Amino acid sequence: MSDALKVADLSVHYATREGALQALRDVSITVPEGQIVGVVGESGCGKSTLINALLQLLPENATIPAGRITLQGEDVTRANARRLRQMRGQEISVVFQDPMTALNPVLSIGRQMRDIQYRQPGRRAEKDRRSAEMLARVGIPDPVGKLAAYPHELSGGMRQRVAIAMAALMRPRVLIADEPTTALDATLEVQIIELLKDLQKEIGCAILFISHHLGVIAELCDRVVVMYAGVAVEEGPVADVFLRPGHPYTIKLIECDPGRLKEKVADLPAIPGSLPDLTDPPPGCIFQGRCDRATEICATPPPRRVQHPGHWAACHHAKPEGT
Amino acid sequence: MSAFRHSLLGRLLADPMALFAMVIIAALVIMALLADVIAPHDPGAMNLADRFAPPSATYWMGTDNLGRDTFSRLLQGGRIALYVALTAVTISGLIGLVLGMLAGFGPRWLDNALLFFFDALRAYPTIILALALAALMPRGLSTVIIVVVITSFAEYGRVVRTQTLSLKNSEFILAERAMGASFGRIVFHHILPNVLGPFFILAAMNLPVVITIEAGMSFLGIGVPPGTPSWGATLKDGFDYIRNTPWILLSGGLPLILATLGFTFLGEALRDQLDPRLRKTR
Amino acid sequence: MTAPLLTLRDVVVEFPAVRGLKALTTAPEKRNVRALDGVSLDVASGETLAIVGESGSGKTTLARAINGLVPLAGGTVHFDGMALHEGPDWHAVRRRMAMMFQDPVGSLSPRKTVRDLILEPFAIHGIALKNRRGKALDLLADAGLGPDFLHRYPHQLSGGQARRVGVARALALTPALVLADEPTAGLDVSVQGEILNLMNRIKSGHGLTTLIITHNLNILRHIADRIAVMYLGRIVEVGPVERLLTAPAHPYTRALMAANPEPDPTARRERIVLKGETPALNARPPGCEFHPRCPVARADCAARVPQLEPSETGGRVACHYPLSRESLHA
Ligand SMILES: Nc1ncnc2c1ncn2[C@@H]1O[C@H](COP(=O)(O)OP(=O)(O)OP(=O)(O)O)[C@@H](O)[C@H]1O
Ligand SMILES: Nc1ncnc2c1ncn2[C@@H]1O[C@H](COP(=O)(O)OP(=O)(O)O)[C@@H](O)[C@H]1O
Ligand code: SF4
Ligand code: SF4
Ligand SMILES: [Mg+2]
Ligand SMILES: [Mg+2]
Repeated sequence: MSDALKVADLSVHYATREGALQALRDVSITVPEGQIVGVVGESGCGKSTLINALLQLLPENATIPAGRITLQGEDVTRANARRLRQMRGQEISVVFQDPMTALNPVLSIGRQMRDIQYRQPGRRAEKDRRSAEMLARVGIPDPVGKLAAYPHELSGGMRQRVAIAMAALMRPRVLIADEPTTALDATLEVQIIELLKDLQKEIGCAILFISHHLGVIAELCDRVVVMYAGVAVEEGPVADVFLRPGHPYTIKLIECDPGRLKEKVADLPAIPGSLPDLTDPPPGCIFQGRCDRATEICATPPPRRVQHPGHWAACHHAKPEGT
Repeated sequence: MSAFRHSLLGRLLADPMALFAMVIIAALVIMALLADVIAPHDPGAMNLADRFAPPSATYWMGTDNLGRDTFSRLLQGGRIALYVALTAVTISGLIGLVLGMLAGFGPRWLDNALLFFFDALRAYPTIILALALAALMPRGLSTVIIVVVITSFAEYGRVVRTQTLSLKNSEFILAERAMGASFGRIVFHHILPNVLGPFFILAAMNLPVVITIEAGMSFLGIGVPPGTPSWGATLKDGFDYIRNTPWILLSGGLPLILATLGFTFLGEALRDQLDPRLRKTR
Repeated sequence: MTAPLLTLRDVVVEFPAVRGLKALTTAPEKRNVRALDGVSLDVASGETLAIVGESGSGKTTLARAINGLVPLAGGTVHFDGMALHEGPDWHAVRRRMAMMFQDPVGSLSPRKTVRDLILEPFAIHGIALKNRRGKALDLLADAGLGPDFLHRYPHQLSGGQARRVGVARALALTPALVLADEPTAGLDVSVQGEILNLMNRIKSGHGLTTLIITHNLNILRHIADRIAVMYLGRIVEVGPVERLLTAPAHPYTRALMAANPEPDPTARRERIVLKGETPALNARPPGCEFHPRCPVARADCAARVPQLEPSETGGRVACHYPLSRESLHA
């Protein structure tokens, strides 16, 4: 099985007044053909930066000091502007975190959905029919009528679903979704998860799914990568990582999920402390400032400890399964 | 010191493209202002003995058919060009800004009416309108300015309207309203700064266009009165006497090219610096 | 019980459904759709009411109607002794009523720095500050952000950081009521916990009343006193939080609660799969609007409109055949 998307030792820096902000450090992620890989992590840990790097859409002040990104064997960082546009349209499509920025506020939904089908054959009516069909699949009531609506006339969840429908219309090889269900209620969330699964079967695309809703990741993904402050700290099959987390950060993250608390509590669990200053990250383990297991050795870079076949955690004190 | 580095001017000075543009523009402006002092000759003085002289130590850019010094005439012409361009762009820009915001904010019927008005004006060929107006009005700089204003404010109006419209429904404007912000505050603190970026670009790109229009109108003989030293008049002479000497045409085109480069670059740099998303560093 | 801080009666909000010339050829009653169709609510002082419901069911519209951002087509709203349906002084009202928007980054003015954004409420209400920088730092610190954020622009913030700026700003003038539209959307569980704890802390400190719109059912138990469930612009069930979570009376509430994805990958849950799609606002079903999708609908549900009435499980429900505690476990 080949890899649809492969990120190897990727680092991304943003130039700021305080110096280089290291938003990503040596991140490696592989999305095999036909699989769904999830990425979880605290906000600000670099998930959106990762996506923008994949698409080569980083803002002006960003640089990529190291790393390779290959899309179906092709190095994205070396592609020229024309090839990139081609890739973005045909091979890779994205559902952005903020649906309002992905939609043009002065064009109707129908017009925007028609425009993205410019490569597909068919007349205008045919394209509109396809658009309406896709809107119906993401659960938008009155899909034909909604083609005439403008983005601000839709609710937040509807906008998010329109963005998903648009990405799906392009039938990409790799679909990237940046927290696509945050504005949806539970019933719709489930519906979208089912839709993504169907889509994945139907067109055989690989999906990179970014979310911090642990429940959604657990339901949808085959594998999961846990990120913290720009570093991938743990990776493995979903069930393995959630049931037997190896990295102290993953353990804390799972403990924080209010879905586990069946009794009312006054204070919701949180991880004390805050993200390290990414312009001046500590040497060694990135999590040491908030980790209750930290010892002296943690000031040196932690190795990737295999927990299970295909499941590792980057921590000095993570114990392999059964020891 | 650090405050200056992060001010708009400080950031512009740090941008090589902007610096280059500002040097050119400053040079043009200073030369125009000090034309009388710098000019080696009286721009009107004829010296029939030295007609069509090539560039030399006395006549830096040569002379024209009446033996007038081209360099001195271009210096004087710079005054007219910059005066016309800056006045016309400021007036048409302001009209466009106000009408565009009105269209964007106003009720639907007003928007439609203004849009129709803008489109009708823009559909009318500039040169025909210019000729028609020139026929009705006395020859002179004010005519040139009025023609330029009438033919160009619609373009500003359209850009500003589209920009305003897309901002009006955005969530941050709703958020401002929800906090109790007044209409004026929303317009001046939140809409205007977001409209000004594309607006400045347009204005900066239009400045050289206006200079060319002035030159063109003078060329056609409907701009400044004959004998007045303007860039357009010099260019026209250049064409008329291209068989006698290429120097008038070559020197006459130079300031136009410089002005175009300077203002276009400055416009782009301004846009980049005004939009925090386009800045190279924060 | 103290007098309610906020009272809504039969609130109706309409949006135009057709535009331009087409409107002239459309029957007057079809020109508009009702996004809110007769919403009545009481929110007591110091209480936290959560609004849940399908996407597009009118939750955001409800918050905006209370805040005067969308006009009312009918009904009355009273807040803190002011009649908001009678064209009040919104400037004064909005000082006492803050709003947090669904889109954390999009609701921040893109060319302002965090410092300006956070001090915006003071500027709007003409409140002079002795030490502007100090105040901004205090507010940021309350929201868990360090001084390095003062000079950032919204596009340089991650979703969670932008949300914290939003919280800091909403609470800056210590309002009486906060309308929070999905305050945890886009936040990871740890930050979400901190934001909610922050809101809880301020709430108990100032007796803040909050109306929270949320899709995150996992947090309801910990933050809300009562829940109101919306469907197609109406409230179909309202009641104390524990009751609704453990013994929902309305079939829709029950389906909603059962759909919640769980982080435990081994958990096998029985979902109640709702038939069909959410109806469009311009094609509301007759009788009970939920009947085409309701798993327990009976023949007369399509004929009679159910009203909000006290339910057996506590609270109020709009259903002819509400679920009882027993039927839940059957
Ligand atoms: N300005 C508008 N013009 C026309 N229709 C609108 C407008 N604003 C909202 N609507 C419609 O009103 C209904 C309710 O929208 P609202 O934003 O209140 O939903 P919501 O419950 O907040 O949903 P979500 O959870 O997805 O944010 C939707 O059908 C929406 O399309
Ligand atoms: N354009 C930018 N300039 C400077 N810093 C940025 C920029 N964009 C993001 N950042 C910073 O980079 C880090 C990662 O951000 P982001 O990728 O958006 O996180 P996530 O998507 O995981 O929430 C954060 O600390 C954020 O503040
Ligand atoms: S390496 Fe040390 S500090 Fe880092 S997670 Fe492991 S125990 Fe904690
Ligand atoms: S009234 Fe009937 S259709 Fe409506 S929710 Fe109750 S049982 Fe279902
Ligand atoms: Mg993000
Ligand atoms: Mg909403």
